[in-house]
Amino acid sequence: MDKNILICGVGGQGTVLASKLTASAAMLEGNTVHSAETIGMAQRGGSVTSHIRIGDKAFSPLIPDGLADLIMAFEPAEAVRNLKYLKKGGTVIVNKKAVKPVTESLLDTGYDGSKMIAFLKDNNIKTYVLDADELCSSLGSVKFFNIALLGVAVATGDLGLKKESLENEIKTKVKEKFVQINLKAFETGYKLGQELCF
Amino acid sequence: MKKEYVMGNSAIAIGALCSGVKVVAGYPGTPSTEIIETIYHVPHKDVHLEWSVNEKAAMEVAAAAAYTGARSLVTMKQVGLNVAADPLMSLAYVGIKGGMVIVVADDPGPISSQTEQDTRRFADFARIPVLDPASPEQAFTMVQDAFLLSEKYHTPVILRPTTRVCHAYASISFDENYCVKEFDGFEKDSSKWVIFPKLSFKNHDMMEKRNVQIAKEAGSYRFNSVERAQKPTKKAVFASGISYSYAKEYQIAHDDVTLVQIATAFPFVEDFALDILKDTDEVICLEELSPYIEENLLKTAGRHHLNVVIKGKLTGCVPHAGELSVEKVKQILDSFYQREEISNETEVEFNIPDLPVRPPVLCAGCPHRGAFYAVKTAMRGKKSYFCGDIGCYTLGNAKPLDMVDTCLCMGAGVTMSQGFNFVDKDATSFAFIGDSTFFASGLTGVVNAVYNEADVIICILDNSTTAMTGHQPHPGTGFNLMGNFVDKIDIETVLKGLGVKTIRKADPLNLKESVDVIKELASIKGVKAVIFKSPCISIVKHEDCCTVNDKCRTCNICIKKLGCPAIVKINDKVCIDESQCTGCTLCNQVCPHKAIEKKKNG
Repeated sequence: MDKNILICGVGGQGTVLASKLTASAAMLEGNTVHSAETIGMAQRGGSVTSHIRIGDKAFSPLIPDGLADLIMAFEPAEAVRNLKYLKKGGTVIVNKKAVKPVTESLLDTGYDGSKMIAFLKDNNIKTYVLDADELCSSLGSVKFFNIALLGVAVATGDLGLKKESLENEIKTKVKEKFVQINLKAFETGYKLGQELCF
Repeated sequence: MKKEYVMGNSAIAIGALCSGVKVVAGYPGTPSTEIIETIYHVPHKDVHLEWSVNEKAAMEVAAAAAYTGARSLVTMKQVGLNVAADPLMSLAYVGIKGGMVIVVADDPGPISSQTEQDTRRFADFARIPVLDPASPEQAFTMVQDAFLLSEKYHTPVILRPTTRVCHAYASISFDENYCVKEFDGFEKDSSKWVIFPKLSFKNHDMMEKRNVQIAKEAGSYRFNSVERAQKPTKKAVFASGISYSYAKEYQIAHDDVTLVQIATAFPFVEDFALDILKDTDEVICLEELSPYIEENLLKTAGRHHLNVVIKGKLTGCVPHAGELSVEKVKQILDSFYQREEISNETEVEFNIPDLPVRPPVLCAGCPHRGAFYAVKTAMRGKKSYFCGDIGCYTLGNAKPLDMVDTCLCMGAGVTMSQGFNFVDKDATSFAFIGDSTFFASGLTGVVNAVYNEADVIICILDNSTTAMTGHQPHPGTGFNLMGNFVDKIDIETVLKGLGVKTIRKADPLNLKESVDVIKELASIKGVKAVIFKSPCISIVKHEDCCTVNDKCRTCNICIKKLGCPAIVKINDKVCIDESQCTGCTLCNQVCPHKAIEKKKNG
C-alpha cells in the first residue's frame, strides 16, 4: 500500500498520539512506514503537523506537496493551512471548532473557523466536518477527540486501515487505565463515520 | 532481535547503547534533546547519564571517560558546539582511547535556533571526522560506525543529524541485551594527556596524515554510495544528509539521474568523488546550510584539472538559507536536467483565504507573563533596556508584552545589560534569565557585573525546570538523571556567593508585590537581583480557573495588557477558556471592574 496521511492541529490537541497509532497500525498490517513530527517553538498553541508515509517508495519523512490522501485536521484553519499537501480527490476530515490564537484576540478579527469550513466546501474538496464537542459529549472530555477521529477515518475508508488493527494498537500502546475510554472513543467515531459515508 | 518504531534521536540513543557506551552527557537543545531522554527511559544498566550544566561541561566529562578507554557519547544542538568549542579544539589534538562520539544536531531553517551554522564545517575546522545521516535508519547504523572509527583512529568523531532526521520516525532492529563495553582504565602518561605546544605540534602533523588515511578508508564506506542512472548520462547529483532522501524520490521518478550520497563530509573522500567527476561534465550539489560538498568538489576538480561544471549554492542554483524539501529539490533538478515545467497533475491550486497566524506564545498561566508585566508596569515612562536570553521567556518579545529588546545567545542578557549600562547611565538596564540558563551560562556574567561595578537589575525567572526543551531537570531542581534526589543548588545563595548584595524574591503572579520590588530595586545603585519564583504550569497540577462575571464592560484591558491565550472573545464577549486557564489570576489583578473571579475548575 502507498498512502500519505497528514494530521494537523494546534499544540496540545493530541495529534502525536493519533499519528503514532496510525503508523503502528499500518506496520501491523505489514507496511513500511515513515513519519515525522513537526513541532513548533511553543509548548502549546503553535501549529503542529504529523506526516505519515506508508509504502516502500517514501524516502522524505515529510509528505511532498499534493500527495496526501487524507488530512485529519483538529482545527479548521489548520486544515486550510495544510491544503497544499492534499492530493486531487483527497479527503479532509475536520473539526469545526476553532482555536483562537492570541494575535486574533488582540486584533479582534472575529476568527471562528466558519470561513475556513465554507472555503473547504466551496472548493469541492471531499470534506467531513465534525463537531468535536458533540462527538465527545458521551466520553466526558474533548481530549479523546484524537482517537474518535481515527474511528471516523477508519469507517469512511479514508485511512485504509482495518478497524481491528487500530483497536489492537489502542490496547497495546495506550496507558492501561485509558484503554477502555479510548476504545469507546474509537467506537463512537467509527459509528459516526459509518453514518457520514452512508 | 527487537524491532521498534522510533524517532531518529531515539535510534541514535539505542545505537549508542548497542555500542556499549559507558558515559552519556549533554545539554538540552532542540532538535537533539530526545537522545538523552531516550536513554533515560530505556534500560541502561551501568551507564552514567547526565544533563550537564552546559555543553562544555558535557564535552569534558565525556572526554575524560574516553581517556580511560570507556566509550562516551555527548549530545547537543549546533549552537551548543560553540560553547563546547574550547575543549573540542584541544581534544582533537590530544585524542582519546575509548570511542567518543559527539552528536551535534544541526537545524536548517532554522526552525528553533539562533543560527544556520554547519557542523560539517566545524568538524573540518577541528580536523575530526564527521558522519552525516540521511535517515533515522542510517543514524542508527552510523552512530555505531562512529564508535568504531573513533576507537580505531583515537579521535573523537562527530555525528551530525539535522532536524528532519532527528524528528523523523522509522523502524530499527536491535539486540536488546546490550551492555557496557569493557575497558582498561586510565594509564597515566603526561606526554600524551597534557596538552603542551610540543604535543600539539607533533599531533597536528599526525592528525593531517591520519585524516588522509581515513578519507581513503571512507571511500568504500557503505553510505558513500553511487546509484547510477538507467540511461547513460554525463551528469550527476551529489547530496548530503536529508537532501539525499529528497533527491532519492526524484531519482525514482526519472531514469536519467545518477545520485551520489556523501555521508562522510570530513575528511572529504576525494578519490571516491574523483571517480565520479571524471565521467561527468556537469554535477549539482544538494545540501543544506553551507556549500561544503560543493567547495570540496571544486577543490577536487581544480587539483585534477577536470573539465566539469559544479553547480550548487555558489552558482545560485541552490538557496543558501533555509531547508530543502522534495519540492525544492524537484525544482532545482528539473532546471539542472533542463526539463520543461510540467504541471503537477496531482496538485490542486487553491486561492487560500487569510489564515490566523499562530506565533509561539507564553502559555496561559505562565509565570513569566507576570514577571514581564510587573517590570513593564514599574518602569512605565522611564527609559529602560530589557535584555532577554534563550528560553521560553524569549517569547516575552511578543505583543502586547513587548519586553525583550535583545536576545543573542545563552547567558548574553546578563552581560549585555552591563554594556547598555556603561554607555547610558540615565537608563535602567535589565537582564531576564531563566533558572536553567542561569546555571548554564549566567554565572560568569554576574561576576563580571559585580567586579566592573555595573548598575543592573538581573531578573531570574525561576520556574524550576528547563521548560523550552521539554522540562529537563537542572542543578536547581534537586533531581538528576541517575534517578537520584540531590541537594538543590539555591540561586539566592549562589548570587550571594558571587557578591550580589541586593537580592529580592517575588511571586511573579502577585503583581503588586512584584511591581513594588522592581520600583525599589530601580532606586538602588549597583548589581541587584530579583528571583521571580513560580513553577512552570506544565509541571504542576491546577485546580482553579478564572471566569468572567456580569460586571465585564468589554473594555478588553485584560486581552490588551496580558496577551493570555486563554482569554478569548466569543460573540463580542470576553470569555476565559477553562481548558487552558490555570487560575493564575493575573487577569483578575489587571481588571479595573472586578469582572474576573477565581473558582474551582470543573
